[in-house]
Amino acid sequence: MKFGVVVFPGSNCDLDAYHLLKDVLNLPVEYIYYNQKIVNNYDLIILPGGFTYGDYLRSGAIARFSPVMDTIVDFAERGGLILGICNGFQVLTEAGLLPGALYRNSHLQFRCEKVYLKVENNNSPFTVIAKEGDVLKIPVAHGDGNYYADPATLKELENNKQILFRYCDQEGNVTEQANPNGSLLNIAGICNSKRNVAGMMPHPERAGEALLGSTDGLVIFKSILKSLERGGWTDG
Amino acid sequence: MDNVAWRELGLTDEEYRMIVEQVGREPNLTELNMYSVMWSEHCSYKHSRSSLSLFPTCGPRVIQGPGENAGVVDIGDGWAVVFKIESHNHPSAIEPYQGAATGVGGILRDIFTMGAQPVAFLNSLRFGDLEDPRVRYLFDGVVAGIGGYGNCVGIPTVAGEIYFDPCYSGNPLVNAMCVGVMPKDSLVLGKACGIGNLVILVGARTGRDGIHGVTFASEELSEESEEKRPAVQVGDPFLGKLLMDATLETIRKSLVCGVQDFGGAGLTCALTETASRAGTGIEIDLDQVPLREEGMQPYEILTSESQERMLLIVEPGKLAEVEKVFQRWELPLAVLGKVTSDGNVVALYRGEKVVELPADSVAGGAPAYNPEYREPVYYNELAKFDPSVMPPPGGFGKALLKLLSSPDVASKEWAWRRYDYSVRTCTVQGPGGEAAVIRLRETGKGLALSVDGNGRLTYLNPYIGGMMAVAEATRNLSCVGAEPIGITDCLNFGNPEKPEIFWQFRQAVTGMAEACRELEVPVVGGNVSFYNEVEGEAIYPTPVVGAVGLLDNPEKACSNALGSEGDLICLLGAPEVSLGGSQYLKSCCNKVAGRLADIDLQFEKRLQEKLRLLIAEELLVSARDLSDGGLSVALAESCLAGNRGAVIDLGRMDNLVMQLFGEGPSRILISFKPGNRDKIVMLSKESSIPLTFLGIAIENTLIIKSDDDIILKLSLDEMKEAYGEVFSCIMG
Repeated sequence: MKFGVVVFPGSNCDLDAYHLLKDVLNLPVEYIYYNQKIVNNYDLIILPGGFTYGDYLRSGAIARFSPVMDTIVDFAERGGLILGICNGFQVLTEAGLLPGALYRNSHLQFRCEKVYLKVENNNSPFTVIAKEGDVLKIPVAHGDGNYYADPATLKELENNKQILFRYCDQEGNVTEQANPNGSLLNIAGICNSKRNVAGMMPHPERAGEALLGSTDGLVIFKSILKSLERGGWTDG
Repeated sequence: MDNVAWRELGLTDEEYRMIVEQVGREPNLTELNMYSVMWSEHCSYKHSRSSLSLFPTCGPRVIQGPGENAGVVDIGDGWAVVFKIESHNHPSAIEPYQGAATGVGGILRDIFTMGAQPVAFLNSLRFGDLEDPRVRYLFDGVVAGIGGYGNCVGIPTVAGEIYFDPCYSGNPLVNAMCVGVMPKDSLVLGKACGIGNLVILVGARTGRDGIHGVTFASEELSEESEEKRPAVQVGDPFLGKLLMDATLETIRKSLVCGVQDFGGAGLTCALTETASRAGTGIEIDLDQVPLREEGMQPYEILTSESQERMLLIVEPGKLAEVEKVFQRWELPLAVLGKVTSDGNVVALYRGEKVVELPADSVAGGAPAYNPEYREPVYYNELAKFDPSVMPPPGGFGKALLKLLSSPDVASKEWAWRRYDYSVRTCTVQGPGGEAAVIRLRETGKGLALSVDGNGRLTYLNPYIGGMMAVAEATRNLSCVGAEPIGITDCLNFGNPEKPEIFWQFRQAVTGMAEACRELEVPVVGGNVSFYNEVEGEAIYPTPVVGAVGLLDNPEKACSNALGSEGDLICLLGAPEVSLGGSQYLKSCCNKVAGRLADIDLQFEKRLQEKLRLLIAEELLVSARDLSDGGLSVALAESCLAGNRGAVIDLGRMDNLVMQLFGEGPSRILISFKPGNRDKIVMLSKESSIPLTFLGIAIENTLIIKSDDDIILKLSLDEMKEAYGEVFSCIMG
């Protein structure tokens, strides 16, 4: 098994993802630099959070043209598992691997806080060990996390059960008050229709140790491990 | 030379005479500009140097004291912590976003310059009255700028403090602190060592921003200050992050022998300080400096404060490897020249020698002044004020709500949730605690970090206020269970050429130094910011202390939140308090006056030691320092943090206002399981530390009784509303 964490210029949660996989979950992991081609067969590639290229122009808009992205698109098309976290989610939408876009937070401010996520769908390699309706406590830290998609896309996301997580309160109620950034339908994380590429604004890699306040983020990584043990993900 | 030239550049006739004497001739205009920035107050500490020598700067853990880019303290296991605080007040008064952002960027570079991986930011901020729309603009801009830089570089902003007073209206204070860690043996100093070694500039191109920024920071603010906007630098955190990673890589790979960041006074400072520290000289070619625009004059290239630049001293044989590291991140690198042996800094421009100055003279030859000082008239006047005549307007409950909703006391979540405080996954306790706690992945230990200052107290009594700042910062560390191991200070004062201001400075430094000595905590670095005045009106003298503590086991870090119902609540420490200078007088009675409670530093030390022992033995559920607003506010905040109520009985008391709202040092509110009571009683008796039983934790309501009469009763929701929503309401 081998995991890869992509490092773009300006990525800054690469260390956290690397640390979680290596030190908390004891998994083999290596960095993949923005100017490399992927030569190894990874079981999962993480696009971490940060401010790639300073997020100048638009979050993720420049990173998606990095040399490494061509092979990441190939990897996705071959069915490889990809998880984009925060800025990584933004890069995935810019690259067209996930639908929709992440706008500036509706209140226009950066927001760092613990939020609650309702697992909407466990029919994905990223959520398979969760029960639908489970509530996970995971932090957010972003300025551009306001998920937007046109009504037809939103409908498709719902019909295909591509919405993995929605912002909710501690009891699991999906409310406006629990929405930290104005995302449509309180969407916090989605996957593509083939279900091998997922993006989420909250940081599961920051919720992997009790000392740091929550271990709920492990649900996502353990789900990935479980589906890899089963020999990968076949839709359905 | 035309005798206006040096005066216009902020140098006195006497200083000019000294320059001529030290150089052995009259300097040319380029050279004079270099002297002007290096002999400015900001760079030369000419008014503060002699007072700063009062600070204890040594100790068994100190690896590097003041004088380098940052202080370095041993934290065991072969590791060291590197930290420093610095002001960026003047730029923030003019351009709050960039002023604050470059303050953060500048202090970040000071830390990684030494070879340390930055792991945390803290900040201490002061603003005027939020009624004033310009103050709200400054406040919002500064908070956005701190977040804008810190969030992007991926270093968490874990703690801070914010206070408001009309004296800071036109002159906000923005003090930024950065903390890093490194293996002890990878320490790199800002020295131009090794004759023939290459002098390399990496990072941003040099432009016309920030020219004479340090001279601007060394004068009072006025209506004309707006015209100094070009003296404010512009930050590029993306470049800053790449520069940090690449520089640290060259240090880890032992490719560099000296590193210096470009801060105030730009290239001039970097060249002369590195040469002066190493006892060498440097010769560079200004035509090699990558420029942002054409037609820049030598003096502009030499004094520009363009951000995100570093100076590296590299052996010629290692150049190729250094280039490789910087190329990976597509960072520009330019070889400017080499290290020489003659002690001079020489600069060529288009083949002509335009500068030839002794490095020691430029970097260290400025005079040290011992300004006149005089006790200000207000000092005795205000101390005479008798606060006992100030009853609570509208009852105790109303007074407490008023305090909780005052911007000084109210929750600052509005600001800190705009800072990423959990990136790097090391933040065990973030903002809102007594001190932040971060775990060290490499050693398993923890660092506790706190930043504290109280301008109002220091105004009323600079000597005691100085002591209190040190005592409170270290007490906050002890409240989470950490042993204080070093401090860095940022001394924000008015114009030191005024005797009353210099008296404040002198008194405060004396008090701080005494506290450091008694509490055995060395000062390993810091910064002085004078001339914090607008149109002749000075700010409160505001020394800010950044303190660093060591925790053997971060899992044992104590919180400040009440735990379960039934837990006992006690006051540990001195019962003496005063209403003089209290938050209560300010917020409820609109009065800043009175005599401060005394501080017994020996007692303070014993108290902190005992508190740390109680936490190490895992006897406590919570610990909270009593500060602004006294006992009542500490109780309310502990309730709010733990989502718990409390019922407290003060017994028969004569002066309830004093009991509830009086302030004094050396007091901690603790809570614990009833089963630990006997042990805690015994341990506090052992060190003769008073322990007063106050009550127990209950559900949902704070009730305070005196002799069975309920004198205050507030629901958690009422307190939450007062405490939690102030800034969202004012700032949106």
